[in-house]
Amino acid sequence: MAISRDNVLAWIRNFAQVIEENNGYLTDLDREIGDADHGANMNRGFKAVMTKLPSLETGDIPSILKGVGMTLLSSVGGASGPLYSTVFMQLSKTFAGKEQLELADWCAGWEAAEQGVQMRGKAVPGEKTMVDAMQPALDALKEAVAQNLPIGEGLRKSADAAHEGMLATIPLVARKGRASYLGERSANHQDPGATSTYFLLDSAAKTWANC
Amino acid sequence: MKKLINKPEDVVLEELQGIELAHPDIVKVFYDPNYIVRADAPVKGKVGLVSGGGSGHEPMHGGFVGMGMLDAACPGAVFTSPTPDQMLEATKAVNGGAGVLHIVKNYTGDVMNFEMAADLAKEEGIEVESVVVDDDVAVKDSTWTAGRRGVGLTVLMEKIVGAAAEEGRSLKEVADLARKVNAQGRSMGMALTSCVVPHVGKPSFDLPEDEMEIGIGIHGEPGRVRMKLEPADKVTEMLLTPIVEDLPFKAGDEVLLFVNSMGGTPLIELYIIYRKAVQMLEAKGIKVTRHLIGPYITSLEMAGASITLLKLDADLTKLWDAPVKTAGMRWGI
Repeated sequence: MAISRDNVLAWIRNFAQVIEENNGYLTDLDREIGDADHGANMNRGFKAVMTKLPSLETGDIPSILKGVGMTLLSSVGGASGPLYSTVFMQLSKTFAGKEQLELADWCAGWEAAEQGVQMRGKAVPGEKTMVDAMQPALDALKEAVAQNLPIGEGLRKSADAAHEGMLATIPLVARKGRASYLGERSANHQDPGATSTYFLLDSAAKTWANC
Repeated sequence: MKKLINKPEDVVLEELQGIELAHPDIVKVFYDPNYIVRADAPVKGKVGLVSGGGSGHEPMHGGFVGMGMLDAACPGAVFTSPTPDQMLEATKAVNGGAGVLHIVKNYTGDVMNFEMAADLAKEEGIEVESVVVDDDVAVKDSTWTAGRRGVGLTVLMEKIVGAAAEEGRSLKEVADLARKVNAQGRSMGMALTSCVVPHVGKPSFDLPEDEMEIGIGIHGEPGRVRMKLEPADKVTEMLLTPIVEDLPFKAGDEVLLFVNSMGGTPLIELYIIYRKAVQMLEAKGIKVTRHLIGPYITSLEMAGASITLLKLDADLTKLWDAPVKTAGMRWGI
């Protein structure tokens, strides 16, 4: 079993729906320690992706992911735009030439995505950003690959790890992004970027549970 | 929320349509991607100046496009930085063959998007330099934050650098001038109320009736300290003292004093603040030789004010006085 092109499309559609359903929640998180626009920005971006998707559907996995990345870049704005665009562009680059993905491929893609995000945003773990969800997810994926776990199980473990990472941002004082201007006042709030990252991985885990 | 808008998601589009109808002698407006350029762009042989940021800070930046100031402005969604495709198109549109300077306010999103846009422009063979504005003293400049924010000084920089570009100075000269302005200007702001982003529909933060927020940014994000309301003179002291101490501004300095409304605070109150600020500065032997008073870099309807102090010399003063013709600032022509 593997992740096919149709599985990738299903994931994108599912995540777009998750973002729409949770955009108020993400905005509320961003209202506490930011400028109250994360949900709206992500929703606008993924609505644009859904509009673009029919024209991308006939392409291969890398071209679909690249199309998503480029669409997000021009529609999300803020810090989330370049960062989420980087995630999808790095996934696309890593999967060049692949018709379907094994867990090891997904792991390599996620590693490239995390490196890309760190290079672009200059955050390291512990600074109360999306990296705090990405890093634990990557660690879990590497372990799952080493243990030769089925795709669905490996993805569920990575999503659970991202969930833990998301919750772990609550006590942190932000060192990056708009939340950092609040200093100590940013503590005791869950980071919106880590939350949307968890949703992304949770969506993959649910959509590809039986791959 | 009470706003004079139609559908929240159409706010920026309808605003741009209004600008286009109001100022055809000054600007042209492009859509998808959205950007505003001076009507006679590109000006051959002149360095092009591009800035941009979230909408909701009007007149900044779209209201500062025109002769003697910006060549182009990229408006993002409200309080959201614009995207690289907007910036790239704007950069191409104002490229007069002498290079383009990006003026970037120091916010994570603005910096990242402008960085990506500069890379794309360079790939197309356009010489691009970037200058980051980070004048806000409310944020400690350290590795523990995203760095100081770009606030009021941005307006002064766009005017001064705009005049230098209009004179025909080179890209390097204009970029160096921008960095010099950044190095000798400081700002701090405060809020009496929050503001409501149209597509969010509720205040960006909750501020009780008898409290104020000191050290705010320009996007409705909370500041560093929340405290009970104080009279205008005390507030002025709380804003100006850290500004003066940070550079520091010294006796004998000549300065431009900029008292800005965040949008909701009226001129009557700005003049009260200006009076106290001048008294404080004169007591320190600092001479106010130029000023700017009014709503120039706003946060929608937020009630509040910011102070910016810029150390002047003969060249900066001359550039400040130079003619400018934009929708938001106009003199000498």
